[in-house]
Amino acid sequence: MKYLQRYTEGERSLHWAVALLFILAALSGFAFFHPSLFWLVNFFGGGPWTRILHPFLGIAMALAFAYMAWQFWEHNKLSPQDSNWLKQWRDVIGNREDRLPEAGKYNAGQKVLFWVLIVCLATLVLTGIVYWRSMFPDFPVWLVRLASLLHALAATVLVIAIIVHSYAAFWVKGSLRAMLRGTVSEAWAKKHHPAWHREMNR
Amino acid sequence: MTMQSSLDIQARSATTTPSPSVRHNAEVAKLIDESKCIGCKACQVACMEWNELRGDIGSNVGVYDNPADLDANTWTLMRFAEVEGQTEGLPFQWLIRKDGCMHCAEPGCLKACPSPGAIVQYSNGIVDFKQENCIGCGNCITGCPFNIPRISKKDHKAYKCTLCSDRVSVGLEPACVKTCPTGAITFGSKEDMVHYAETRVGELKERGFRKAALYDPAGVGGTHVMYVLKHGDQPELYSGLPKDPTVSPMVSVWKGAFKPLALFGIGFTALAGFFHYVTVGPNEVEEDEAVK
Repeated sequence: MKYLQRYTEGERSLHWAVALLFILAALSGFAFFHPSLFWLVNFFGGGPWTRILHPFLGIAMALAFAYMAWQFWEHNKLSPQDSNWLKQWRDVIGNREDRLPEAGKYNAGQKVLFWVLIVCLATLVLTGIVYWRSMFPDFPVWLVRLASLLHALAATVLVIAIIVHSYAAFWVKGSLRAMLRGTVSEAWAKKHHPAWHREMNR
Repeated sequence: MTMQSSLDIQARSATTTPSPSVRHNAEVAKLIDESKCIGCKACQVACMEWNELRGDIGSNVGVYDNPADLDANTWTLMRFAEVEGQTEGLPFQWLIRKDGCMHCAEPGCLKACPSPGAIVQYSNGIVDFKQENCIGCGNCITGCPFNIPRISKKDHKAYKCTLCSDRVSVGLEPACVKTCPTGAITFGSKEDMVHYAETRVGELKERGFRKAALYDPAGVGGTHVMYVLKHGDQPELYSGLPKDPTVSPMVSVWKGAFKPLALFGIGFTALAGFFHYVTVGPNEVEEDEAVK
């Protein structure tokens, strides 16, 4: 069977660094999100430690993500036919991929995810700084209140987006291999990313 | 302060089940009669003494407020406002307000706190910070409509007036009340204090302060520290005492409807994925057929 290179070692390492930092930032953030999840502080050494670590984990994730986004930027620019792909979402979730416009390296769903992640992470960093009280001087209280609400909102959207992202990788068989070993089968590329497949075989 | 076993708990931060609450404690209140205050700061000293608080020596900022603001070592503070032309026959007035925690019936700090048991409200109405459970995030500051809690630079815990919950639990009045030389601060059941305040408001009105009123703002469910104000229609005159304080709607949404909705959204997404997989199934590639 022939395999095509989809991600380099560097890209894979970066992706999984972001993923691990996301898990840590998300778990420490969830601890403060709802009383029923406060027990998660035990993974981080208790309440004060979780409060201390969470912003550093978040910043580390955002920096690693920013570098990854810069590398993947070119392939994630939205094109006019992406809107048709999105309009046919019923065919997407119904496994009727043959009816969809041809995808390049990334399909419209992946591109939308990319931009959602950028917006969420930028919001999380900017709003998080506003109430990182041990590191920054006090901001006006109305701004802190707005930032707190937006931080929770962006975090929720981010977590939902990552659930969708993880499920898609599990659902579309052969995808995980791309991020674990760097390669995908020729047949996978032809079916899911025909335009990219042609480009790779030019 | 640590747990007072003789006081029952009415509300506890980040806790969704009831706290010990079978005993009945009468609702208490501290009444501060601004018209009787001479600005001697004995209450500030008594607070420091009883609570063993010693702030750093500050610098004179040109007014009588000393220190200039509440801090982790200053749980009550006299604020001096110079006001001109508010009352006929009184060209200049010095309005002195003893600032500190208002012990709201619906405390924004408690609502915003993410750490279970770091903030409690006793059934007598006192809102108390339990520093041993405090994680130092500062959400209490975000939730407070009166700008009261302060995080200590030394231990990153939040501090504020306890209404001397340790004294009250053994039948003593708060230290500031005990020390006040003019009787401007009184303490008792909330009912009695409201009653007494009404008498004082009546007297002030007779003396010409027609807008005198009791400050017990309904926006936070009433408070357990109340003021008698000569200018009850303009609480802002008293160094910015808010006219109609409420817990900010942003805090209410963030700590109220948003959290269950968000958890539902997250759970729903995960379940939708699971059921998609067991109904529609995986998206597979037929290797042999596709590769030519």
